Amino acid sequence: MEMPTPDPFVLAKKARVVARLRSVLPADAVISDDREVKAYECDALTAYKCPPMVAVLPSTTQEVSDVLRVCHEEGVPVVPRGSGTSLAGGALPTADCVILGVARMNDVLETNYPDRYIRVQTGRTNLSVTGAVEENDFFYAPDPSSQLACAIAGNIAMNSGGAHCLKYGVTTNNLMGVTMVMMDGEIVEIGGAHLDAGGLDLLGLICGSEGQLGVVTEATLRILHKPEGARPVLMAFNDNEVAGACVADIIKAGVLPVAIEFMDRLCIETTEAYAQAGYPDCHALLIVEVEGSDAEIDEQLSKITAIARKHDPVELRESKSAQESAAIWLGRKSAFGAIGQISDYMCLDGTIPVSSLPMVLKRIGELSDEYGLKVGNVFHAGDGNMHPLILYDANKDGDLELCEKMGADILRLCVEAGGCLTGEHGVGIEKRDLMFDQFTPQDLEAQMAVKDVFDPQWLLNPSKVFPLSASQSRRAPAIAAE
Amino acid sequence: MTPTTETDVAEAIASATGPVRIEGGGTRPIGKQVASDTLSVAALSGISLYEPGALTVVAKAGTPVAEIEETLAKENQRLAFEPMDHRDLLGTAGVPTIGGVVAGNVSGPRRIAVGACRDFMLGVRFVDGTGTILKNGGRVMKNVTGYDLVKLLTGAHGTLGVLTEVSLKVLPMPETSATLHVHDLSPLDAVAAMSGALGSPFEVTGAAYNGDVLLRVEGFEASVSYRLSELTKKLGHYGQISQTNDPEASAEIWQSIRDVQSLQAHGSDVWKLSVKPSSAPAVLEMIQAEQTLLDWGGGLIWAALPAGRDLRAQIKDVNGHATLVRASAETLAAIPAFHPETPVVAKIGAELRRKFDPRDILNRGLMA
Ligand SMILES: Cc1cc2nc3c(=O)[nH]c(=O)nc-3n(C[C@H](O)[C@H](O)[C@H](O)COP(=O)(O)OP(=O)(O)OC[C@H]3O[C@@H](n4cnc5c(N)ncnc54)[C@H](O)[C@@H]3O)c2cc1C
Repeated sequence: MEMPTPDPFVLAKKARVVARLRSVLPADAVISDDREVKAYECDALTAYKCPPMVAVLPSTTQEVSDVLRVCHEEGVPVVPRGSGTSLAGGALPTADCVILGVARMNDVLETNYPDRYIRVQTGRTNLSVTGAVEENDFFYAPDPSSQLACAIAGNIAMNSGGAHCLKYGVTTNNLMGVTMVMMDGEIVEIGGAHLDAGGLDLLGLICGSEGQLGVVTEATLRILHKPEGARPVLMAFNDNEVAGACVADIIKAGVLPVAIEFMDRLCIETTEAYAQAGYPDCHALLIVEVEGSDAEIDEQLSKITAIARKHDPVELRESKSAQESAAIWLGRKSAFGAIGQISDYMCLDGTIPVSSLPMVLKRIGELSDEYGLKVGNVFHAGDGNMHPLILYDANKDGDLELCEKMGADILRLCVEAGGCLTGEHGVGIEKRDLMFDQFTPQDLEAQMAVKDVFDPQWLLNPSKVFPLSASQSRRAPAIAAE
Repeated sequence: MTPTTETDVAEAIASATGPVRIEGGGTRPIGKQVASDTLSVAALSGISLYEPGALTVVAKAGTPVAEIEETLAKENQRLAFEPMDHRDLLGTAGVPTIGGVVAGNVSGPRRIAVGACRDFMLGVRFVDGTGTILKNGGRVMKNVTGYDLVKLLTGAHGTLGVLTEVSLKVLPMPETSATLHVHDLSPLDAVAAMSGALGSPFEVTGAAYNGDVLLRVEGFEASVSYRLSELTKKLGHYGQISQTNDPEASAEIWQSIRDVQSLQAHGSDVWKLSVKPSSAPAVLEMIQAEQTLLDWGGGLIWAALPAGRDLRAQIKDVNGHATLVRASAETLAAIPAFHPETPVVAKIGAELRRKFDPRDILNRGLMA
């Protein structure tokens, strides 16, 4: 993956930049030692690493503003960072950048149950937001699988989703307001505890902008009362296509499950070997979860199983208790870990229209044969967000490149099928160079024009999202001006 | 101008020499209107794609909302954000279009439970102020590829681009629906009761107050009666409770709330305030309106006021914003329809408009 050449003028003034940062932050909040900055050299896309020039860990919005003001004046690129769990390389540093980590900003600022919101500093982890309201039976709905580690900051930047987004939506649908610091240090408040911010929907624009428009330091998040209960049904089929048709029928029937998860043969076998969840021997497996009181759950599950029966399932396993539910979820939740045990893998994130599921799965199978790389599929079927896992060998020369090439083909396939390159992980560096497959140059120009408004010098996370060739002329003047 | 294709829209905009007023059905003339040529997108009409199994519909911007709703109803689906029909409130005629709904981010009572129009928007095609055809988003439910211009265009009232096609997520219709009434509450008790209901696990999909609190519950028959009885237990101490169990009668109640019927004959000016629900009782005290209706659990206040009174001056210290939805041209000349923004937000908005519409021709000054 190509990254821009570090700006020699910036590298040359490291000492001055560090001194200026030290003048606005507590001593332990500026990390400039070459060995220590290595802790920030990558995110969860670990194939790519590059230690930053400096890392800073501010504790307040004002400190973030001070840092950005310094970097703005010095013309130093800044890469914001939450917990570093991005799978797209969104938080990957460049050698000439300051990593701005918000990990120390993890306070709960306000909880309001009557108005159903919580305000937090964005370094707080996703799970600990729910943790802060759980004792009152409330929760924060978006639940990425990485929720133990990932921060609200990264969730907002990537507009992250989760297993339950079919019912509750993704981050953008649960975000009510932010405090954001612009690259020049200006602090802006957008939205808040009221619904529908007036004027242009800047909140919607900022969510999912991958740290390129501003550094989000505080967020007002919608919280909801927990459902009375939730239980899944496991449905086993001998054909991907049939499972796909079953998903469409469930949705059409007017039942709205909170989650519909799909696993294919390779994932089923691998997780069975790893987690012994007791899954049936089959080719395609669906886990469908519904919520409500016990009686409501029974009624919905009976409607869903009636639909599934028409598709000739190998097995239907309806959970009747918390233990049975845990057993059904066990395999799905261990799927990534299980695959990781047997091989290196790359996790894709394209979305397709649910109706194209059978065609796309078949085509992925063919690509797998062509490239000679195995692919497992485990994903959110209700919304068409696929996660093909391509297995490769990191120690084998050329295997990563082959895997990336195949990944690009799969993502192009998603776009051709009417879908998109990324459903929840973001573009980062990973899908940057495929953007022209989804957008015309004019479409991308319109997006880059938005960045021009927020960050005219392109100092915030500049080498992400847009193909380097497309953003070149905007990034270059910063260097030329020195 | 009534172009019939997206390319024609692009040409019309590219060759425009002055401001252009963009119109769908012309049923929602909100905001300041500047004398200009009118470009109607009404002739860009028709559903391009509808996949019930994927919960998605794609339609040209001029497609009548009614046509979309009828098509969805045949598959037992609907636009869950329940777009309001502004005609009776604003005294307009014409055919509401989906483009107008999206441009105004128009949502109804169910917004409190499922989200606004913007939350159901999957994709847009539009023509910017230079006449360039652009797209963003798509037709799939999860999409984080690039910046979310879909949300930026939704609610931009045509000031950033002429919408030509929109993709929306739809939802299944429930088997049945019913309304719980809690009678004769003070605003303070009403908001507390609505907060209690919305903060329960019983999935209330409408919470309004017009002297009585009205709570809507939707779903399978057995669920609805179960949740009604749980809510009755929970809220019984607030006041006398009754139910509307006939789904059609219940639907009429919510249509009347959606379209703000109780304010139609009142006052000259109609304001729409967005505040946090617990602020609503105090705001009602401050504004002393002729008639009000609370929706969204108290988060949305509809208020009828005498002509020309600047309500914003009365609620200076309240967090939120107020839109002047219905007023005479004289009033609109003195009081901006849209809430004044903080300088930094206003600057971002102005610069975004300059990027998308460098000649400032699209609905010039409408949101100013
Ligand atoms: C095992 C595993 C499972 C995962 N499962 C899911 C899943 O189910 N759903 C899903 O959506 N994602 C998932 N992810 C991806 C990842 O967890 C999400 O993208 C997450 O939101 C990243 O959060 P973070 O705090 O780690 O952000 P980081 O990785 O630190 O940064 C992500 C992006 O956010 C930007 N950013 C960080 N902080 C700020 C800030 N304060 N202001 C502005 N921009 C900022 C960064 O510059 C970067 O572009 C998974 C990742 C892993 C490793």
